[in-house]
Amino acid sequence: MKHFLCLILCLVLLCACCVTAFAESEVEVVDEDYYTKFQGQDISISVYNWGEYISDGSDGLLDVNAAFEELTGIRVLYTTFATNEELYAKLKSGGTSYDIIIPSDYMVARMIAEDMVQPLNFENIPNVRFLDEQYLYTDFDPEGAYSVPYTWGTVGIIYNTQYVDEEDTHSWDILWDERYMGEILMFSNSRDSFSIALKRLGYSMNSTSEEELRDACESLKDQKMLVQAYVMDEIFDKMEGEEAMIAPYYAGDAITMADENPNLAFSIPDEGTNRFIDSICIPSNAKQKEAAEMYINFLCEPEVAAQNIEFIGYSTPNLAAYELLDEDMQQNEIAYPSQEVLSNTEAFVFLPAETSTLMDKLWTEVLSNDENYSKWTIPAFLLVGILFSIGINVRRMLLKKKENMM
Amino acid sequence: MKTKYSSLFSLPYLIWSLIFIIVPMGLVVVFAFTTESGQFTLDYVSQVGEYTSVLVRSVWLAAIATVICLLIGYPLAFIMSRMPGFQQRTMLMLIMLPMWMNFLLRTYAWMTILEKNGLLNKLLGLVGLGPFDMINTQGAVVLGMVYNYLPFMILPLYSIMTKIDNRTIEAAQDLGANTKNVFTRIVIPMSMPGISTGITMVFVPSVSTFIISRMLGGGGNLLIGDLIDLQFLGNAYNPHLGSAISLVLMVLILLCMSVLNQFNGDEDREGMLL
Repeated sequence: MKHFLCLILCLVLLCACCVTAFAESEVEVVDEDYYTKFQGQDISISVYNWGEYISDGSDGLLDVNAAFEELTGIRVLYTTFATNEELYAKLKSGGTSYDIIIPSDYMVARMIAEDMVQPLNFENIPNVRFLDEQYLYTDFDPEGAYSVPYTWGTVGIIYNTQYVDEEDTHSWDILWDERYMGEILMFSNSRDSFSIALKRLGYSMNSTSEEELRDACESLKDQKMLVQAYVMDEIFDKMEGEEAMIAPYYAGDAITMADENPNLAFSIPDEGTNRFIDSICIPSNAKQKEAAEMYINFLCEPEVAAQNIEFIGYSTPNLAAYELLDEDMQQNEIAYPSQEVLSNTEAFVFLPAETSTLMDKLWTEVLSNDENYSKWTIPAFLLVGILFSIGINVRRMLLKKKENMM
Repeated sequence: MKTKYSSLFSLPYLIWSLIFIIVPMGLVVVFAFTTESGQFTLDYVSQVGEYTSVLVRSVWLAAIATVICLLIGYPLAFIMSRMPGFQQRTMLMLIMLPMWMNFLLRTYAWMTILEKNGLLNKLLGLVGLGPFDMINTQGAVVLGMVYNYLPFMILPLYSIMTKIDNRTIEAAQDLGANTKNVFTRIVIPMSMPGISTGITMVFVPSVSTFIISRMLGGGGNLLIGDLIDLQFLGNAYNPHLGSAISLVLMVLILLCMSVLNQFNGDEDREGMLL
C-alpha cells in the first residue's frame, strides 16, 4: 500500500513538472549554441535583484529564470532586496556570495570604488551590442567595464488631475505649495528627498557642500508641515486610492499607477530631475563568473529584455528590445521622454562618506523635527522619573516601619 | 547527583544563548565603542545625545501604550480568571487568534481603517461626522502598539490571576473588607508579578518598534527603532552609530526595568520574567 502511495505521489510530481515545462513559452535567442556550454554540469548561480523586478511568468509573459534554466541547465537561486543600501549592507557584512546583483548607478560607483564588483568579460556577453551606448558608458562607470544597464527611468511628480492644477506641476515648488497642505507625499529615503530639495534651490543633486545641504535641510523642514507622510512603496496604495494628491516617484511606477487610476498623471519639472540607471554587476566574490555572464547575456536578448521591460514598466536601454515594444509604449512620453528633457537630467554619483553621513544626520533632523515638540519635555520626563523612584522608596520605608511596629 | 543531571539538560540552552544572545550582544558593545579601523572611541556613544528628542518620544509613546494596555488588560484578565473553564478557554483563544496572523498584515489593515478615505472615516461620514486626521499621527502609533502588544499584557496577568484562590478573596470579605479594600489590598498585591511582567513585555517591544511608526506614523514620527534602522539601511552605512544607539536603548530599558522591579522588592517573584 505504502509503495502504491509513493508511486502515485511520484506520478503527480512528474505530471506537475511536465505541466510547468509545457507552460513555459519558448524564447527566441540569437545564438543558441552559446548557451549549451554548461549543460548537464549541474551548476547554479545566485541572483540578487529588486523585488518585482523580473518577469516571472504572470500576465502571459515569459518566466525569465525558468526559461534560462531550461535553455542552459544552470539553476537560478533568486532572492530579492528592497533598497540599494540593503544590498550594500548584505554584501559588506559578508557571509553570502552572489553571482549577479542589480544595483543603481550611485551604488555601482560605490561598489567599484570599494572593489566589491569585478570587471566583466564582454566576450561572453555578445548581446551587449544591442544596448544604447549612452547607458553603457556612464558617469558612474565611464569605461563600461563593470556594469551592463538593465533599466533606466526618471523621477517626476505624480499628481491627481482631479484636484491638482496641471500648471503647477512644471516645478518642484508644487511640493512646497501651501494650497496642497496634507495632500503631499514625500520619499522616505534621504538621497531622493535631498535631491529634490537641492534641485529646487538650484543646486546640483550631487552637491557635497555642507552649506547647500543645510539649505536643503531647512527647506525640507519647512515642507514637513505640508507633507502627509514619508513613504516608499506605500505610494502605490495612497495615490491609487486618492488618499494623497501629489507625490514624487519613479516614471515606470507612474505608468503602473495610471493604469489603476486614470486620474493620475506624471510630469517632469522644468528645473530638471534625476535619471537613474539600474545596472547588472558581478560581485568580486562571485563563484560562477562565466555562468553569470551567460545570465547577463540572456537578459540582454532582445526578446527577453522586451518581455522583462513590459513586466517591470520601466524604460529599457536595449535598442533591439525597444523595437519589439508596442507602438503605444514606444511613443509613451513618461517612459521615453524627449532628448530635450533627458538632457536636463542628472544621474546620482557616489557621495563621499562624510557627505552621506551628514545627509543622513540632516534627514534624521527633518524627520524628528516636531513643531509641537516642547523643550520642557525632557526636564518634565526626568522629573516624573525622579518623583516616581522617590515615591517607591518612601513607600517601602513606610512598609518596613509598619512591619517593625507589628 | 541531581544537580549534575540538571546542568547536563540545560547545556543545549546554554550553547544556544551563548551563540545567539551573548555573542551578538558582545558584538553590539564592541561596535559601539570602536571606529571603522577598530580603535577605541567614545564618539559614537556621545553622538547618541543628539537624538535625545527621538529617544524621549519613543519612551513617551511606549509608556502611554503600556499604561493603556494595563488599563484595558487588567480588568479583562481579572474577569477572565473568574470565568468557568470553558469560557476561559474560549476567551484565551479569542485573544490569541489575531496573533496567528502576520504582524505586518495586521498593522497594514489599520492603515486602511485609519486613512482619510478609510473605513472609519467613511463610517463616521455616514452619521455626518469627520473626516478626522487619524493616520500619520502619534495617536495612531500608540494605537498600533496597543493593538499589537495587548495580548502580551493580558496573558501574564491572566496566568497569575488564575492562581489567586477565590477563598482568599472570600476570607477578606468575611473579615469585613469592602470591594475597594479587597481589590487594593488583596488582588493588586497578589498580581504584582504579573503586572511587572506584562509591563516589561509591552514596553520593551513598543520602545524599540520601527515598523509601526513607519506604517501608522507616516515616517514623520521617527522613533528610536527607525533611527537604528536608518544607520544600517540608510544612505550612510554606519553600524557603529547604530550599535551605539542600540546600546543606549538597552541601558535605558534596563533602567526602566530596575525601577519597575523595586515594586516587588521582597515579595514573591513567582511568575516573573526578569
